[in-house]
Amino acid sequence: MIYEMYRDSLASRDAFGFGFIFSGEWEPVKERFGALTFIYGTVISSLIALIIALPVSIGIAIFLSELAPNIIKTSFSFLIEILAAIPSIIYGFWGIFVLAPFMRLSFQPFLQSTFGWLPLFQGTPIGVGLLTAGIILAIMITPIISAISRDVLKAIPKSQREAAYALGATRWEAIKMALLNAKSGILGATVLGLGRAVGETMAVTMVIGNRSQIKASLFEPAYSMASVIANEFAEASGHLHISSLIEVGLILFAVTFIINSFARLLIYSVTKKSDIR
Amino acid sequence: MELNTLNISKSNLAKRKAINILMLSLCIVSALIAIVPLFYIFFYTATAGLSSINLDFLTQLPKPVGEAGGGMANAIVGSMIIIGIGSLFGIPIGLLSGIYVAEYSKTFFSNIIKFVTDVLSGVPSIIIGIFVYGIVVLPMHRFSAYAGGIALGIIMIPTVTRITEEMLKLVPTSLREASLALGISRWKTTLMIVLRTASGGIITGILLAVSRVAGETAPLLFTSFGNTFWSNSLDSPMASLPVQIFNYAISPYEEWHRKAWAGAFVLVFIVFVISIVVRIVTRNKFSQNL
Repeated sequence: MIYEMYRDSLASRDAFGFGFIFSGEWEPVKERFGALTFIYGTVISSLIALIIALPVSIGIAIFLSELAPNIIKTSFSFLIEILAAIPSIIYGFWGIFVLAPFMRLSFQPFLQSTFGWLPLFQGTPIGVGLLTAGIILAIMITPIISAISRDVLKAIPKSQREAAYALGATRWEAIKMALLNAKSGILGATVLGLGRAVGETMAVTMVIGNRSQIKASLFEPAYSMASVIANEFAEASGHLHISSLIEVGLILFAVTFIINSFARLLIYSVTKKSDIR
Repeated sequence: MELNTLNISKSNLAKRKAINILMLSLCIVSALIAIVPLFYIFFYTATAGLSSINLDFLTQLPKPVGEAGGGMANAIVGSMIIIGIGSLFGIPIGLLSGIYVAEYSKTFFSNIIKFVTDVLSGVPSIIIGIFVYGIVVLPMHRFSAYAGGIALGIIMIPTVTRITEEMLKLVPTSLREASLALGISRWKTTLMIVLRTASGGIITGILLAVSRVAGETAPLLFTSFGNTFWSNSLDSPMASLPVQIFNYAISPYEEWHRKAWAGAFVLVFIVFVISIVVRIVTRNKFSQNL
């Protein structure tokens, strides 16, 4: 698979070399291609998603593994599983028609009036853009991160918490101890979620706005690697265009490959330890 | 002096208790935050979909904008065909590699398979689309249902492999040993005893894999491509439900949006039903094990 993509992107690599990654130009008409804006869009939207999803997911994981009574636990886990099973196209569709208008009419003006002095929140709120894409991604990766974090937390032996209680710790302090021990596993879960966010295509394509540009404001439309492929591949004109798109795919593949291997290693290291116990 | 330290520790305790309550309630709040979008998405899809779904939608072809009626029958059937091709391609491979990994788990090769399936499960589906475009669509010079099916099949492989492996590992070793002790050959043991014992769980896993690929859009965009007619040839572009939803959703027409919501409802409904079936089956499985 790697070989196939490597071969197919030959033309574009010959034409642009390493400059491909650092060039912000993408003009099919002039046959000049550079992937920088897409890399930027992917990275920023995924980061926003992580910033939102991580605290919420850890909260859910703690709630599920430590606090909730059994009935709530099973039904809640089921809900989270369904949330993970909803096709991404549905998220994107919902994003266009519910989230984007909400962002445009209430949330973005609110951010602007509160934090308007930051360059992050300037510009016209138009609904679709980096921030909206980030929020959709956050909703999508929360189930993954929280499910794995929950398993990791469960793998921490009970005796440790009991020891903490015996020393007079409050419940939160005991949980904090467990969190400290589970941190590499939770990091692994987070990175896995990041991998999913980076590769997510349809939902992002529908709400990110699809404009190849780099702006400081999170309200501006942008473009991500996966969505440029989805939008232009089927109707790409010219060998060089297709080849460039495949090279974008190759970069995306490399990035997700690295992210996922890293995450797997982290999760393996934690669950292996608990197996020995 | 003594009183003073006592006071400090008392106020400290109060502070610690306050932090305790604060953090615990934050956890509960975050759980609630996660539930809200779920229900919102779910009920929004249900209400928007139910209000525009009708018999025409399920039985008729898409009509041009402006004409009343019309549906997505071809997309629904197309989706089924493409998923069928994908299953034919993906399930046997996934099943066999799962059996291999579980039954011959100590070999070097099985570790490689394990790693490769892990990596494959993390590859974005659009990359798989590009790959299939490269190896199927380009040589054939056209988009086809085959290509879409193969793309979905590749996506199914890691899920099926993983679940098969885990289910087979649940089968007690003593069962295998008993069968081998009776002089039954190894492949027959695997096929007739182990696989049969684990069949319930494996079928569940396959259902899960099918429900996952049912909603895949990205790899179908440039493999099976989609059209607006009945397609009777697997060799030509074929409509599928997710792609049709995508095309309708980004169109500017109000009527098409309503159709897309109806399609979304059908899709979510399928996924939801499969999830519930899986849940019920696995619950029985677990209670037996306990």
